Amino acid sequence: MSEYKITVGIECHVQLNTKTKLFSGVDNDATDKEPNSCVSPVDYALPGMLPVLNKVAVEKAVRAGLAMNCKINLVSRFDRKHYYYPDLPKGYQISQMYQPIIGAGVVHLPDGSDVHIEHAHLEEDAAKSTHFGSYSLVDLNRAGTPLLEIVSMPDIHSAAQARVYCEELHRLMMYANVTNGDLYQGNMRFDVNVSVSKTDKLGTRTETKNLNSFRSVERLIEAETKRQISVLEKGGEIKQQTLGWDDATGKTTPQRGKENAQDYRYMPEPDVPPIVLEQSYVDKVASEMPKMPADYRSEFSVLNLDDSAVEAIVNYPVLANRLSEVCDKNVKLAPRVANWFASVLLAEENLDKDFSLATGAELAELSEMVEKKELSSTAAKEVLLEMYDHKNTSKTPHQLAKEMNLLQENDTDALSAIIDEVLAMPECAKAAEDVRNGEMKAIGFLVGQVMKKSQGKANPASVNELIRSKLS
Amino acid sequence: MKIADKNTKAVDLVRAALEKAKECEDYHAFISMNEAHALDRAREIDAKIARGEDAGRLAGVPFALKDNYLSPEGHTTAAAKMLENFISPITATAVARIEAEGAIMIGRTNLDAYAHGGSTENSYFGPTSNAYDKTRVSGGSSGGSAVAVALGIVPFALGSDTGGSIRQPASFNGVYGVKPTFGTVSRYGVVAMASSTDTMGCFAKNVEDANLVMSIMAGKDEKDSTTLDDFWTKPLEEAKPAKKKIGLIKDFMGEGVDEEVKAAVLGYADKLKKAGYEIEEISMPTLKYALAIYYIVVPAEIASNLSRYDGIRYGFRSKEAKNLDEIYSKTRDEGFMPENKRRIMIGNFVLSSGFFDAYYLKAQKARTLLINEYNKAFEKYDALLCPVAPRPAFKIGENTSDPLQMYLEDIMTVPPSLAGIPGLSIPVGKSKAGLPIGAQLVGPRQSDQTLLHIAAEVEEK
Repeated sequence: MSEYKITVGIECHVQLNTKTKLFSGVDNDATDKEPNSCVSPVDYALPGMLPVLNKVAVEKAVRAGLAMNCKINLVSRFDRKHYYYPDLPKGYQISQMYQPIIGAGVVHLPDGSDVHIEHAHLEEDAAKSTHFGSYSLVDLNRAGTPLLEIVSMPDIHSAAQARVYCEELHRLMMYANVTNGDLYQGNMRFDVNVSVSKTDKLGTRTETKNLNSFRSVERLIEAETKRQISVLEKGGEIKQQTLGWDDATGKTTPQRGKENAQDYRYMPEPDVPPIVLEQSYVDKVASEMPKMPADYRSEFSVLNLDDSAVEAIVNYPVLANRLSEVCDKNVKLAPRVANWFASVLLAEENLDKDFSLATGAELAELSEMVEKKELSSTAAKEVLLEMYDHKNTSKTPHQLAKEMNLLQENDTDALSAIIDEVLAMPECAKAAEDVRNGEMKAIGFLVGQVMKKSQGKANPASVNELIRSKLS
Repeated sequence: MKIADKNTKAVDLVRAALEKAKECEDYHAFISMNEAHALDRAREIDAKIARGEDAGRLAGVPFALKDNYLSPEGHTTAAAKMLENFISPITATAVARIEAEGAIMIGRTNLDAYAHGGSTENSYFGPTSNAYDKTRVSGGSSGGSAVAVALGIVPFALGSDTGGSIRQPASFNGVYGVKPTFGTVSRYGVVAMASSTDTMGCFAKNVEDANLVMSIMAGKDEKDSTTLDDFWTKPLEEAKPAKKKIGLIKDFMGEGVDEEVKAAVLGYADKLKKAGYEIEEISMPTLKYALAIYYIVVPAEIASNLSRYDGIRYGFRSKEAKNLDEIYSKTRDEGFMPENKRRIMIGNFVLSSGFFDAYYLKAQKARTLLINEYNKAFEKYDALLCPVAPRPAFKIGENTSDPLQMYLEDIMTVPPSLAGIPGLSIPVGKSKAGLPIGAQLVGPRQSDQTLLHIAAEVEEK
């Protein structure tokens, strides 16, 4: 029996983090706001209201497209997609059916595989319905939020790869700064198409809509491929249908068959003129794009870090950016900084996605201080913790280390004085005698006493050396 | 028109208009009056004038508003049961601009519900009578506005024209009717009919008034992305035609057109000749497809635009509805007029999967051919002349059982709507029975003022 080949294609809805909605001037961010408080007459479809396209949403779409190495279509248009539901005030959604803004492209995954992008289009989000037994409530705050729907080619062949793709897509969108990327809030939602086949001919697919975590995508694909294979093995047929996913039970349930598919009666949107972009505009946006995860991965490959450390750092655009700046300054200082990131900052609890951090130059300086033995490795980590999240951002690492009393004492005269004091202490007499007699084990005790006396600032290596010469 | 000044009080202008409206109540030109607000505003205008302040170019001028323009004063019904009790929180841009110049809305005029129709018989509130014969239709859909001007209640009124809804009632009631180039006046705050052909215009007794009102309403509006930069900026004398050549559309002067209508239009052509214009007959074979194109594209947009009337957020909701499906089906069944439903059904049919290419896309391609034919004609002519309608106002009830016959009445006004070009309805005579007859001048995009210039040259004062 030959193996089943799994084929997956994913449509991802990305809520764009524009200030205002796609077609109206009200606040697009309804976090912590009362239901139905971010709603304009355009959003609740008052008679006579007309959509006015948000130019920033267009720019965000272009940025997202560039992040996925996509062709940017210089002319694109909107269409109306009709259906009745209380969370769709106009009775149609303004979307791009025929001429999307973003054309074909490709996403390079960290595992070396590629997932091609079929297209991506702009559309408005629907409102949110909440059902309570005998009645339902609608919150229109989300109605009109700009969405970019990214449609992949069926290039994905395992649940794990699907997860990696979704994670990478999330990273790309975060890097391009087109979304807040909060999956819990539904900032990115995945519709997953799955089929299995033993031959080159694709099997019948099912679609599961609205998954909002990477883990759900992975679990859904595992469960659905298992289900499909089991149906086929029993001689059954896969029905083309829409499924619902229950995260709690890990099971799918059929929602709508192909025969009940809605007729959306697509029609060109006459109220919104076509989006016409100049190539010079696209070039300008491209020139403003930050480095992408793939750029950083190749840049950091010379640092000989663990793949997991690289991925952990690349997950945070700020960290990747700073590490890259350190590399630019002096690549030798970078591995230490990378390890700090991995061992110190990423271990911090509540590390916000958009925390602030000292500049690359300052981090390089900090690393250099350790290199020059001005600071112990432990002390440097303490300084680093003061250099992120808006703490002490105006101070240099040297200033901070000094204020924190962490600078190592390398001054031989000063150290010598302290050592003399320590050696004169009665409780040290025995150890000093042992060292003189060549029992070098005892030197640790003396070094410890000096460190204590210097409040940790003494450079232990220098102290060791000085004690040896004094007692030889 | 009379503008309020130190000697003419706005309150008197408004009161006279309100009284005249009351006298003419039996024509049913108005759905609702705006008496209290209008008098308050008139007093404000008078106070401004008394203080020596600028009260605007239309200071104290009473006007009538087609009841599909949103304004917070009173109900905006679109003559539909669906919006019978609807109060708008916002003001349409066109109304705001007119009011900013001191004009005062005295009442809201009748129309075919949602502007679907050519006789105002499709109003939920009953038909409006023709200003010259109460047994005849006012035309439509802006019938109430046309009649309000024709009866001398107000010097101007606002209307909307999607396929002839200003031009045809203007011709039926012997007044000027301006349907501007698509995008001239903002559609923001006007109950949408068909988005790609909806235009906002006006009725007036003379060219000068029409030009003034349009110049105020015209211009870019951030709230309507299809609006053009203001081109209505010239003094009318300067909007001279370049070629002094007008094409008489042969296709609309033949069979099926009333002899008296033909004679009146030819008489108008003679006047233009005397004024120095060269008149030539032109044949435009694509025009005969215009009605077919129109009744595919427009119902599609209508069906789409009417989707929002679902009984959920505002407007009428059926009391019979027991679940979500019934809220939709019963609300829409009870809230829409038969003509609304007819157009929704046609629209949804032509947009449905499998039919879209054959109907909607084909119609849009044919529409491009029609536009090309106009463009070609305008290489040679400043404007094209034809009747507004094949015959004068028909009897109330005459066409109501025959929707197709009703649609055919639009044959001459629909083509410019599809092309997005301006059309001017000019009163050019009367039939033996005393019914007004209108001629239509059509020009290239943004030649609106040129059309008015031509009309002014031969205007009877």
